[in-house]
Amino acid sequence: MPSNSLKYLSALTTFFLVGGFALVFLWTPMDADQGFKQKIFYLHVPVAIMALIGFMAAAVEGVRHLRSGDSRHDLNSYVFIHISVVFGVVALVTGAIWAKASWGKWWVWEEPTLVSFLIVFLLYCTYYPFRYAIEDRDRQARYASVFAITAGVFVPLNFIAVRMAESVIHPRVFATAEGGLPGSMLFTFLVCFAGFVLLWVSLVKLELVGKQVSGQVSKLRRQMLGQADRSSAGRRISPQAEA
Amino acid sequence: MFDATPSDAVGYVMVAYVFFLLILLIYLGIIGAKLARIGRELSELSEEFEASEEPLEGRPEGDRAGV
Repeated sequence: MPSNSLKYLSALTTFFLVGGFALVFLWTPMDADQGFKQKIFYLHVPVAIMALIGFMAAAVEGVRHLRSGDSRHDLNSYVFIHISVVFGVVALVTGAIWAKASWGKWWVWEEPTLVSFLIVFLLYCTYYPFRYAIEDRDRQARYASVFAITAGVFVPLNFIAVRMAESVIHPRVFATAEGGLPGSMLFTFLVCFAGFVLLWVSLVKLELVGKQVSGQVSKLRRQMLGQADRSSAGRRISPQAEA
Repeated sequence: MFDATPSDAVGYVMVAYVFFLLILLIYLGIIGAKLARIGRELSELSEEFEASEEPLEGRPEGDRAGV
């Protein structure tokens, strides 16, 4: 039962997110350098990582769609990008708030980490006009998959390039010669990260269930009206699950 | 390096977390509205279906088979 699994998933997500935020504010020690404002790290970093993973997962679904021609993979790719763009908005805004608190500026154009994330985000924002500019549903799905793959390949390349570039002010926390995060901070980060992974999966599932039910309703309506052709379904903006 | 005062820092952190919660609630609200609309469509469909079935049920057996 999808609704039952969604219920358990939502409960698990709430548990990890509430638990993670409780650890952030009640247990994790204050950062010696940044103080209280470092608490944004446990929100901003997992959300940004999850957005990038979501974009790459969409590319994998794009490959599966082109290989199999199964429209379910196209739908998955669409929903993955959709949720990841929402996560991207949260990452950009919380990053700007953290930047203002730490550096006194909302945005630093010289910093490769910030600008590269913005480029990736804006690239995925063009997915929607690109997709809806094509009327034929099969062509739309194929082109959208090609877009998802191309942009998805760009994400890790962009990440590697940014790691190789010299950072101006943005901190590099993981895998650094300085030793990275202390144990308690790392534990809290991992709990929060698990919470955001679960949140991303829950939202994807919720969106997919909505599209499935919507597809079934459209199919029922067509059957009742005796319309064998799918011309009305072709006018829908977003892709629908095959009922 | 710019350093916000401790009270400013609390404000910035709260704004960041509240922004996340707000986005989450707005998103869930949109999905909830969408699911409610689908539910309404489904109940409309079942009413239409029942209405189209009723005259058929009232007719004799031979009529239903088109004899």
